[in-house]
Amino acid sequence: MSDQQSSNLAIRVIPCLDVTVGRVVKGVEFVNLRDAGDPVEMAAIYNREGADEMVFLDITATSDSRDTMIDVVRRTADQIFIPLTVGGGIRAVQDMRNMLGAGADKVAINSSAIANPELISQGAEVFGTQCIVVAIDARWSPEDHYWEVYTHGGRKPTGQSAVEWAIEAAARGAGEILLTSMDRDGTGKGYDLDLLEAVGGAVNIPLIASGGAGNTDHLIEALQPGRADAVLAASIFHFGQLRIPEVKREIARSGLTVRRVRMDD
Amino acid sequence: MIAIIDYGAGNLRSIERALVHHGALTVVTSDPDQIAKADGLVFPGVGNARMAMDRLRASGISDAITSSVNKGKPILGVCLGMQLLFGAQEEGPTTGLGLLQGHGVALPATRKTPHMGWNTVNFQQHNVLSHLDAGEYYFVHSYIVEPDDARDIAGITSYGVTFPSIVSRDHIWGTQFHPEKSGDLGIALIGEWLELVTRREAA
Repeated sequence: MSDQQSSNLAIRVIPCLDVTVGRVVKGVEFVNLRDAGDPVEMAAIYNREGADEMVFLDITATSDSRDTMIDVVRRTADQIFIPLTVGGGIRAVQDMRNMLGAGADKVAINSSAIANPELISQGAEVFGTQCIVVAIDARWSPEDHYWEVYTHGGRKPTGQSAVEWAIEAAARGAGEILLTSMDRDGTGKGYDLDLLEAVGGAVNIPLIASGGAGNTDHLIEALQPGRADAVLAASIFHFGQLRIPEVKREIARSGLTVRRVRMDD
Repeated sequence: MIAIIDYGAGNLRSIERALVHHGALTVVTSDPDQIAKADGLVFPGVGNARMAMDRLRASGISDAITSSVNKGKPILGVCLGMQLLFGAQEEGPTTGLGLLQGHGVALPATRKTPHMGWNTVNFQQHNVLSHLDAGEYYFVHSYIVEPDDARDIAGITSYGVTFPSIVSRDHIWGTQFHPEKSGDLGIALIGEWLELVTRREAA
């Protein structure tokens, strides 16, 4: 039985901005922005459109970039009042403290959690499990018939099973899993539903689907019972293929619960 | 002046910004004197109930809160802060401030926990907040409260069980959700509470 059907818990639609040194990578094209590269302005617009959360990923994650990110997070938290997750370059509890102190609600850890799984439990102990998102990049291994975890932005295979890693991360105190299908990422062919079912069936914490969204039907199918609780997407929103208000209306029409937002227009 | 009580319970910036958004003057403090002097108290909280109460008692903050609130000072408890307005807490176990009668228990394990995300609050007709329409607010919690007096329940939410998502008795309010993370509706609710503070100051 799904959480959606037996409660009013809404699905979540989460735009993700890739950021480097305080600038949105590739920019955003769907709306007249004063500055298409400013993540703060973008977050404010997505907030107004009814995004349920925001994710910022620092894709360079050098120390310079991380310091700039702290400023971006602070300015974003000053003007949007929905949950904000920040990932990229978070390697220690102190990095978490800096981001949360700047106004982030959650931190996402990926390669650093694989390298040091204790980081999950340490973060959960200090800040609570709800603050710790474990991000997993997974690719199907046709030879060995399992989803393999990759780190370092998808460059480094680990030989570890995504399903097993998700179970361990949850046991160590992850509050959510952000699961990206590398096979589908950037294809627009839809989320990897088999991967979502495999991980969703293995852990009892919320699962965020990422990688492959090309249209609203893809979001709806990923949000079906036994799959994901939330959908993350980047390019489909940034380039105006899909607008959040229409997406949420269609998701609601499909029978899933969405958070209603009163729009000005 | 609104005192945001700081006892090491995580991100206070969002709640502060939400209060400032309404023009409130705020101070983030762990000083019992400032708590005593403030016009209203925001009692936030994430984390473990017993660790929180241990810190609150050791620092003298819990006495400062209860004596202020017993004299009629408005308080808004958020998430764990709402739980700790009540008495016995299953988490720990420990005992909260006892400003409201009732206790905290774990969410039944029939659902994914924590209960995380946007869920509907239905406001109750008998309560001071009955003029508010049902809407979605942002939750992150694994425990719920069971008030002794049903009249203290201002709003309810369903997640496997139906539980009180907002409580209010006179000047004591608590939200199980995070109004500071609940978009425009949450900001509006914080505004309602600030109006209560203003009315009390004027009275």
